[in-house]
Amino acid sequence: MSFKFTEENLKRLENERKKYPESLAAVMPAIYIAQEQNGYITNEVMTEIADVLGIDKVDVLGVVTFYTMFHTKPVGKYHIQVCTNVSCMLRGGYEIWEYIKSKLGIDNMEVTPDGKFSIEEVECMGACGYAPMIAINEDYYENLTKEKVEEILNSLK
Amino acid sequence: MERIVLPEIPNLNQIDVYLKNGGFEAAKKAFSQTPDDIIEQVKKSGLRGRGGAAFLTGLKWSFMPKTTDMPKYLCINGDESEPGSFKDRQIFEYNPFQLIEGAIITCYAIGAKIAYLYIRGEYHKWIKLMQQAIDTAYEKGFLGEKMKSTFGVDFYCDLYIHKGAGAYICGEESSLMNSIEGKRGYPRVKPPFPAQKGLWGCPTTINNVETITNVPPIILKGWEWFSKIGAPKHPGTLLFGISGHVNKPGVYELPTGILLTELIYDVAGGVPGNKKIKCVIPGGSSMPPLRGDQLEGVRMDAESLRAAGSAIGTGGVIVMDEDTNLLKVLLRITHFYHHESCGQCTPCREGTGWMEKILKRIEQGNGTSKDLDLLVSVAQNIEGNTICALGDAAAWPVKFMIQRFRDEFEKYVKPQVVLPVPNKVHSMRFTKISLDNIVLKS
Ligand SMILES: Cc1cc2nc3c(=O)[nH]c(=O)nc-3n(C[C@H](O)[C@H](O)[C@H](O)COP(=O)(O)O)c2cc1C
Ligand code: SF4
Ligand code: FES
Repeated sequence: MSFKFTEENLKRLENERKKYPESLAAVMPAIYIAQEQNGYITNEVMTEIADVLGIDKVDVLGVVTFYTMFHTKPVGKYHIQVCTNVSCMLRGGYEIWEYIKSKLGIDNMEVTPDGKFSIEEVECMGACGYAPMIAINEDYYENLTKEKVEEILNSLK
Repeated sequence: MERIVLPEIPNLNQIDVYLKNGGFEAAKKAFSQTPDDIIEQVKKSGLRGRGGAAFLTGLKWSFMPKTTDMPKYLCINGDESEPGSFKDRQIFEYNPFQLIEGAIITCYAIGAKIAYLYIRGEYHKWIKLMQQAIDTAYEKGFLGEKMKSTFGVDFYCDLYIHKGAGAYICGEESSLMNSIEGKRGYPRVKPPFPAQKGLWGCPTTINNVETITNVPPIILKGWEWFSKIGAPKHPGTLLFGISGHVNKPGVYELPTGILLTELIYDVAGGVPGNKKIKCVIPGGSSMPPLRGDQLEGVRMDAESLRAAGSAIGTGGVIVMDEDTNLLKVLLRITHFYHHESCGQCTPCREGTGWMEKILKRIEQGNGTSKDLDLLVSVAQNIEGNTICALGDAAAWPVKFMIQRFRDEFEKYVKPQVVLPVPNKVHSMRFTKISLDNIVLKS
């Protein structure tokens, strides 16, 4: 599967590139833009990023594998991140995690067969005072109960 | 009480409202003085970093070389990934322009032309809000080349957001710089310090978001005013983030030096069900935990907390009631540090793994009292032997939790007894046998 940035994304990338004195620094923004376009990062995606920025592919690979928010496998349409770190744990983070696991029938970093949901147990998301919390794709949901989580999951089409 | 960082003004995140309330007046005032004057005032104000180490901000700025041909940089640290910390996001949401104003004053003081604002990747919403504010500031001439005409000064700077991607270690300042440079977020060996060799080898200052947001009021109202607020040696206010077992968790801006008990009981509404407190971590998960019976009289500033055997950290207070299982808490915290260790130094990479393994063994009911000593010993061997402070951050909770709550941890392990059973091969040695292995014959 070959990968090429869209014209629009190339422009965005060029814009990001201008913020830094060296092109290597634009690698994280480039990976983000590619992930948005392709859903996840493949070998071909890394080749394209390296070509566009004029950097070594191994440097792209090194960065992709270092950060947890870059995915090398597809995630669901709704990627559900559940925080179980200490402040959330004290207020029922694990109950929410167990509930979501059993409701969707999948485990950490797995995707439902229909590709709709994937789940991830994550570290502190910076919402400790509003615990327990989950994030779905880019949005935070805070001060949760099992009932609220069920409502949220049912509302996702 | 006057609030400095998050004033109680509705819609302050709108540029018009910000301008009506004295917005960018501090910048104007700053540009009428020399950079050295600004550094001097921040020094005298006593402002200390809000990112964890409480280092004197003015002093840090003064380390930047005055005569250099190299470009200089400012990094503003909004990685905010320390468990228990959720304060900087309030600034992004409710007072973004004061952060921007603080950034331009700081750039002017240290001679930087570019500032990078590093925000953790999970904060999509707050990155968008902050980007909108930055775009507005550019439009209105408070950032970029237009600053020259807006302020009538021969200086301008740019402010860019760099989005993190899920790595706690990138909050560590040298790792943060590597991350901005587009590299894996490995911390660098110090020295050289960032003021000598930072971003792309150039002089760089790194400050926390809350630290920078404190700068405009200090310049506008004067360092004397600021230095009189809160604890004299650690003046100003702090954004205290309170989480865990309290009735009203959240972020509260209060003067430094407030009693920890006042913070928990009066401000955060006390513990649900009026339960007793077993343990409090006063400054984010890396800081030494305090016992519930150690809290009386402890004040929330760097000096008082050090005297009490902990540290102010990020001001993230995690409260645990009497029914909390501290073994589970410690295991979860240790799992976090093991997961986030970048793996460069052996004591941190291996040690965090060992500690997690031993704690798991105890959780499964197979630990002995000797494992507790082993945990403390592993922690002590990590502490101080690593490139960055994540090693200490992982070691402290283990060491202090076990030392301060030994009574509770003893309940989770089997007592280990040493019986004088002669070993057949080396008859002079004793063999250690766990109680479970002894069959009593009646
Ligand atoms: C593992 C680790 C994580 C850190 N995370 C953060 C962070 O998220 N935000 C922050 O401001 N400082 C963090 N720090 C502290 C920074 O290294 C640095 O001291 C701070 O940003 C300096 O700013 P200040 O002087 O204004 O406090 C972290 C340090 C370590 C060792
Ligand atoms: S102490 Fe840990 S996180 Fe820090 S550099 Fe060493 S291995 Fe990496
Ligand atoms: S511990 Fe869950 S958001 Fe901080």
